[in-house]
Amino acid sequence: MCLTLGVDFGAYWATTLLKVMVVLGLIPAGAIILGYVFLLKMMSHMQSRLGPMEAGPHGSLQLVADGLKFIQKEDIFPERSDRFVFAAAPIVVLLSTFLLYIVIPAGPRLIIEDLDTGIFFALAVSSLSVLGILMAGWASANKYSLIGALRAAGQLIAYELPLVLAVVGVVIQAGTMSLQGIVMAQADGEIFGVGIIGNPFLLTQFIGFALFLVAAQAELTQAPFDMPVAESELVAGYMTEYTGFRFLFFFMGEFGTAFAFSAIGATLFLGGWYVPGVHGTLADVLGPLVLGAKIMLVAFFIFWFRFSYPRLREDQLQAFAWKFLIPLSLLNIAVTGVLKVAF
Amino acid sequence: MLEVLRRELGGAILGSEDTGSDLCVRVHCTMWRRVAEICREKLDMDYFCFLSGIDWMVNPAMSGEKVWEPEGGGVVMEGDEAEAAPATGLQTGVAGGDTRFQVFARLYSTTEKRGLTLKADLDEAQPRVDSWVGVYRGADWHERETWEMYGFDFQGHPGLRHMYLPGEFEGHPLRKDFPLLSREVKPWPGLVDVEPMPGEESGADDGVATAGAEA
Amino acid sequence: MTVTTDWQKSAYIAGQAADARVNVELETEGMTLNLGPQHPATHGTLRIVVRLDGEQVVWAEPICGYMHRGYEKLCEVRTYPQVTTLINRIDWLGHFANEVPFILAAERLMGIEAPPRAQWIRTLFFEMARIANVSLFLGDMGIQLGAITPVFYAFRDREYVLNLMEAATGGRFHPNFDRLGGLKDDLPRGWVDECHGVMARVVSFCQEMEDLLMGNRIFQTRTRGIGVIPAAVGLEYGLSGANIRASGVDWDLRRDEDSPLAWKHCDWKVWTHPDGDSYARYWVRLQETRESARIITQLLDGLPSGSIQAKVPRIIKVPPGEAWCHTENPLGEMGYYVVSQGGRGPFRVKIRSASFNNISIVPWLLRGVYVPDVITILASLYFILGDIDR
Repeated sequence: MCLTLGVDFGAYWATTLLKVMVVLGLIPAGAIILGYVFLLKMMSHMQSRLGPMEAGPHGSLQLVADGLKFIQKEDIFPERSDRFVFAAAPIVVLLSTFLLYIVIPAGPRLIIEDLDTGIFFALAVSSLSVLGILMAGWASANKYSLIGALRAAGQLIAYELPLVLAVVGVVIQAGTMSLQGIVMAQADGEIFGVGIIGNPFLLTQFIGFALFLVAAQAELTQAPFDMPVAESELVAGYMTEYTGFRFLFFFMGEFGTAFAFSAIGATLFLGGWYVPGVHGTLADVLGPLVLGAKIMLVAFFIFWFRFSYPRLREDQLQAFAWKFLIPLSLLNIAVTGVLKVAF
Repeated sequence: MLEVLRRELGGAILGSEDTGSDLCVRVHCTMWRRVAEICREKLDMDYFCFLSGIDWMVNPAMSGEKVWEPEGGGVVMEGDEAEAAPATGLQTGVAGGDTRFQVFARLYSTTEKRGLTLKADLDEAQPRVDSWVGVYRGADWHERETWEMYGFDFQGHPGLRHMYLPGEFEGHPLRKDFPLLSREVKPWPGLVDVEPMPGEESGADDGVATAGAEA
Repeated sequence: MTVTTDWQKSAYIAGQAADARVNVELETEGMTLNLGPQHPATHGTLRIVVRLDGEQVVWAEPICGYMHRGYEKLCEVRTYPQVTTLINRIDWLGHFANEVPFILAAERLMGIEAPPRAQWIRTLFFEMARIANVSLFLGDMGIQLGAITPVFYAFRDREYVLNLMEAATGGRFHPNFDRLGGLKDDLPRGWVDECHGVMARVVSFCQEMEDLLMGNRIFQTRTRGIGVIPAAVGLEYGLSGANIRASGVDWDLRRDEDSPLAWKHCDWKVWTHPDGDSYARYWVRLQETRESARIITQLLDGLPSGSIQAKVPRIIKVPPGEAWCHTENPLGEMGYYVVSQGGRGPFRVKIRSASFNNISIVPWLLRGVYVPDVITILASLYFILGDIDR
């Protein structure tokens, strides 16, 4: 992060270390915020109950307490598990989450690394979690975990395509794959000549937005696509045998990725950190807050679907992806391409 | 209904009784499967209710009276003398019975809304009877349970194995000579208090508070 | 006389705390999976061993007995009023409904009849037990399928019914209220009005479930056509209650059996569905819950006054004989075959519980279905472990 404070942090390694620290801090922070607001409080209120109220005011420190609890638990390996793979699996999942945060812009200059292939990199890196899940399921030496992992592999691979294709529409319209560039395209754009609020791609890419939400839901293995973690059948699917801090890694990975996907969705479709009329250093300060608000909006939808719908069976899930979502997304791309050239 | 059964089985029907609300027919044990087939085909009994067994041996250690006076000796009440002596002979119930063991089952017709109870006497030393699995598929589990609890051998059953009890269990629990093991281990904590009410004859006890008291 | 060896006694004591081992032959092809005995999907300790080929079930067998309490043997050493305490716990969600057939059978043997007010209140509590039981099912089916919200609404609205039960009988879950000859006590003052309010809530809850769950596309995709039970096969296995009415069989013991309880004084309808799949079973139970609320409202309006208990001797001795009595319990048809040889306790009680037969169809039904559908089918058949294992 090169802040315009007039001070050059100098050595490359110092900057990199700072960036790593920021992301490592963001992951649990994002996970806790999302987890608390949506999982603990919104879900509880929608289910006519209160949720945790004891730890901290209105239970806000509950997840912090949970985190501490998980860390101090005994580290258990199932007897016949493959130890190295068992230990490595949550790290792989967390790795994919970590890499996702690198390309998300929070302000005109607040981005860890502004890659030219920003969104492409993000999508590619998010598929790493499939590896981690498969490793977890196999190494657990538990039939339930194995079933969960295999379901996850099939599902996540199937829903990669609608995710990518939904994003392609945005990329066509923006003309660049860099996330910062996409935000600028929305900021500088105009709607029929009126440039007050820019041109959030939500207006033109509404199909893409819907597709992105559905595919992101599936990528995060949230209901209605949570076959891999079908609680009433497989106990906890691929996560069954994990306890203590390894489970914490999975949990943080899940919610951290939800945070990251919400951020990407907000950036691609809602305009990211851009707020009309705010430029320069003020945007650097307000940007994260604006982005945060937009993240909350997208995450609201994701979690709302999660606890409203029953889950789809695996083959119905696949049929939904291959027979409905992918043709729709291809249609979206075709129409976007035509309109882009025409206008 | 009884006429149809009489016509089909003739002398195999050993006894029948109509208790007003229910018809109970006792057949010879060799006709056990045949009577099921007749009920299915002729009497339209499409619903299989249950199948189980009765052990008619009286065991004074295993009766409601034991609740009141577990040490024996007993509280004598009016009218009790006739029943106080444990019956040496077997008293079998409705529709009679000759042996200690009886298998009984119930069928029902959902179209005609009437049911039928069937019984058969089984040999005491080797209780054996045909299985109903070919006629009513639901009898499978019931026969397993009856075998487990009483020791009746159902011939033609696809696989008689334990339903409720663990694999190594010895004995047949619902037989009257199989003791209630939890009572052997410790006395029942719900023993009634035999304390005479003030002013009433000795021996009238009212320990169980919920016994038929006026509202 | 078989002698109990010391080994048997110690094994019995040890066995109470140990898990049962069942010999399951492991074959190399396919994967043998144990669903249970500790599993979120089974309502209690049921163990289903399935052999899978990928995600399809090749062979399934339920293994019950993890909750076997030996009720039939225990009933033989109890007096008639004490048996009531015991049998409350067979189907623990539909509490009062377990006591009624036994009491009716014993009354039939004794030749006494409870006064009309008692019969009407018995019917009332019976229907409330049905609502308490089935409303849990309505939410529970959702959670087995992944919808985690409806079950909370079900618990919330069920609390009102349980509070009413507690106000009248003193027990939320095990009222233990039925007595030979009537009931233990009369209804408290103001209970009838409050019950009207609760019934209105129950009807609105049913509407909520209908909108939230039954109308949901995903729910319908998961349940339509899954676990179809043809009526003839179901009857052969002894399926009863909503399970068989969902296969189109028009049979309801409340209407078809001449019982002294007060259903014939009410205007109500028997719901059937022709499909026989999991959706049909859910649909039938939902309609029945609404119907129960209607019945209760009619019963409340027409409650006769009078005494609550007929005159019975202090120490109850039932004359010798045999009686069978069955009723339409929330889970299905429950019946008691009471054999009495004169005496303070029954000689033999055969408890015919509904879930035992409902689950016996599982090996036949589960062949060729997918693992998620196993859960759907089990959820839709709706069994209670206490009912299976007695």
